[in-house]
Amino acid sequence: MAFIRQEKFETNSILLLLGIIVTVAIGGLVEIVPLFTIGETIEKVEGVRPYSPLELVGRNIYIREGCYLCHSQQIRPFRDEVERYGHYSLAAESMFDHPFQWGSKRTGPDLARVGGKYSNDWHVAHLIDPRSVVPESIMPPYAHLMEHQLDPTDIAEHLKTLKIVGVPYTQEEIDNAAADLAAQATPDADTDGLLARYPKAATGDFDGDPAKLTEMDALVAYLQVLGRMVDFTTYRPDYAKGDAQ
Amino acid sequence: MSDTTLTAAVSPYNERVVRQFTIATLFWGIVAFLVGVVIASQLAFPIFNFGLEWTTFGRLRPVHTSAAIFAFGGNALFATSLYVVQRTCRARLFGGDGLAEFLFWGYQLFIVLAASGYVLGITEGREYAEPEWYVDLWLTVVWVVYLLVFLGTLMKRKEPHIYVANWFYLAFIVTVAVLHIGNNLSVPVSLLGTKSYSVFSGVQDAMLQWWYGHNAVGFFLTAGFLGIMYYFVPKQANRPVYSYRLSVVHFWSLIFLYIWAGPHHLHYTALPDWTQTLGMTFSVMLWMPSWGGMINGLMTLSGAWDKLRTDPVLRFLVTSVGFYGMSTFEGPVMSIRSVNSLSHYTDWTIGHVHSGALGWVAFVSFGAIYYLVPKLWNVARVYSIRLIEWHFWLATIGIVLYITPMWISGIMQGLMWRAYDDLGFLQFSFVETVAAMHPYYVVRALAGVLFLSGAIVMVYNMWRTARGDVRTETKLGAAVTATA
Repeated sequence: MAFIRQEKFETNSILLLLGIIVTVAIGGLVEIVPLFTIGETIEKVEGVRPYSPLELVGRNIYIREGCYLCHSQQIRPFRDEVERYGHYSLAAESMFDHPFQWGSKRTGPDLARVGGKYSNDWHVAHLIDPRSVVPESIMPPYAHLMEHQLDPTDIAEHLKTLKIVGVPYTQEEIDNAAADLAAQATPDADTDGLLARYPKAATGDFDGDPAKLTEMDALVAYLQVLGRMVDFTTYRPDYAKGDAQ
Repeated sequence: MSDTTLTAAVSPYNERVVRQFTIATLFWGIVAFLVGVVIASQLAFPIFNFGLEWTTFGRLRPVHTSAAIFAFGGNALFATSLYVVQRTCRARLFGGDGLAEFLFWGYQLFIVLAASGYVLGITEGREYAEPEWYVDLWLTVVWVVYLLVFLGTLMKRKEPHIYVANWFYLAFIVTVAVLHIGNNLSVPVSLLGTKSYSVFSGVQDAMLQWWYGHNAVGFFLTAGFLGIMYYFVPKQANRPVYSYRLSVVHFWSLIFLYIWAGPHHLHYTALPDWTQTLGMTFSVMLWMPSWGGMINGLMTLSGAWDKLRTDPVLRFLVTSVGFYGMSTFEGPVMSIRSVNSLSHYTDWTIGHVHSGALGWVAFVSFGAIYYLVPKLWNVARVYSIRLIEWHFWLATIGIVLYITPMWISGIMQGLMWRAYDDLGFLQFSFVETVAAMHPYYVVRALAGVLFLSGAIVMVYNMWRTARGDVRTETKLGAAVTATA
């Protein structure tokens, strides 16, 4: 019986094409569509916010340099990983990541919670010459980040684009994007508005050169916010909340 | 190659485009293997990053993967599929020679746009789908033309039945189109700029990316290359395909099951457990149709096994099917969650990929090229059979020296990450595990040099073949025959 049908497929190219499309569509639909419709796919968590303009620029540099090819941002729920890197990663923590940067290889360590673990000075020294602070490191040097100054003119366009794809940037945040970008990396700047819009953002000079706003400032600002948005001293997973009832 | 060597020979088929894609396969193969050697050297000795922003591992790694998969593998698929579909349908390519010419130059433009972008830092940051939005759009146009040319040729065929190789080629072409569009949905910041943001984020984006990523393996690197196997193994062995029934069963089950396997790249992540479990289950089931293909390829040699001794082309093809069987067993094992908890994020995955990419994809392509070039350039035989023999052993030893150190370093690093000392503390800092990788990274880079050397021998051999030269040499197995 099955072979009668096969004869139809292999004597009619359009039928073969349609047969293939239907066959390959099923698995993808079953696995992907429910991720958008099942509510608990992404936990309800306090603290996750869109990236500040400077962090966003830093994130784009992280992507540009292919950091994700050697560093994951996804901590698995194992004893050794939680002790080495911190609380296992939550889906909510990357809900504003367009694209996600979970990575697939750890040639270097996981970076999901690297924020706050090292000083800005350490990051700058490490990025300029990794082996000056970690002799066994095989990471490439990124000294060129110090030489490239940031151009804040089109940052509002980036926020607007992200708003189109679902990141809840407010009009106020878009209007202040260029100013926020500069303020976050300027020592003694008025950062009240910035911190109200982007709580817990690290501020000040990042790259050791307060006179210039460089790609190094942006990348370090991004690294310093990684894993810092959710307060895990108060976080309770959904299943634990269920037990309490 | 000069224009004279590209002019059509007396043939009812468009062989010019096949010649073009064959030359491109050889060219991009060398590029892919060379960049592979460079980035392998960078991991062994970071000095090879050269202190330039354009030559860091992060910028060059996508050049290597894209050159290997899409430039070398892609051109091999174009060359063979356009050759096979004309022969097995007894029809010239649909759409005329102009459309075929567009297909060739359009695809090369895609490769150049993508690769130059990576070096300059233009990337979407999605593994194996790094090209930015404008390159994606261009590839979509080229790919739709490819589908039209291929399907159109099937429709004007003079054979009543569509040959099995073409089922696989068609599944590869149409599914890659769906995957490419689905995974690259993004909104550009400006129509004059290169940067775009993906439509999806976080966990859904991860699932979509690995739905794409694993099926780039399943349909680009598997279904397409099974198409090569189903034409070139029977041709070179001069035997019919072992089992028609097996080819029907394994074709439909392979394309049905592959699509589900993506979540095994996301075990123990924030992806929901139900999706991970589905991915694992289907990945394990996938072992069966994969080995169905392997059995069909190997058993085609029934009654012709002795040819392996004297025919290095057939040896390339058969070894490739062997590696296909090995990596499609290793893959399901690694997709089991408890195994994956050790193997994920380590070099074990890199070794697994290369046993598939070098052992299966590259070897079956080499076999097809050695078969094709004498036919396409209308010469009696390959310039030197002995040089094929040299290529085979250089490449085989290269693969063994690649995957073995990666198994060791991967399993070792996975175990070191989770090791505890007697006092209950983590035994190793991360960087101690990096330092432990060094000797294996050195061996791996040398293995890459061997594999590259073999490919250079092939290019020389093919260049002499296309010129019509024939090397005077003792036949393989001749000495044995003489003493017998």
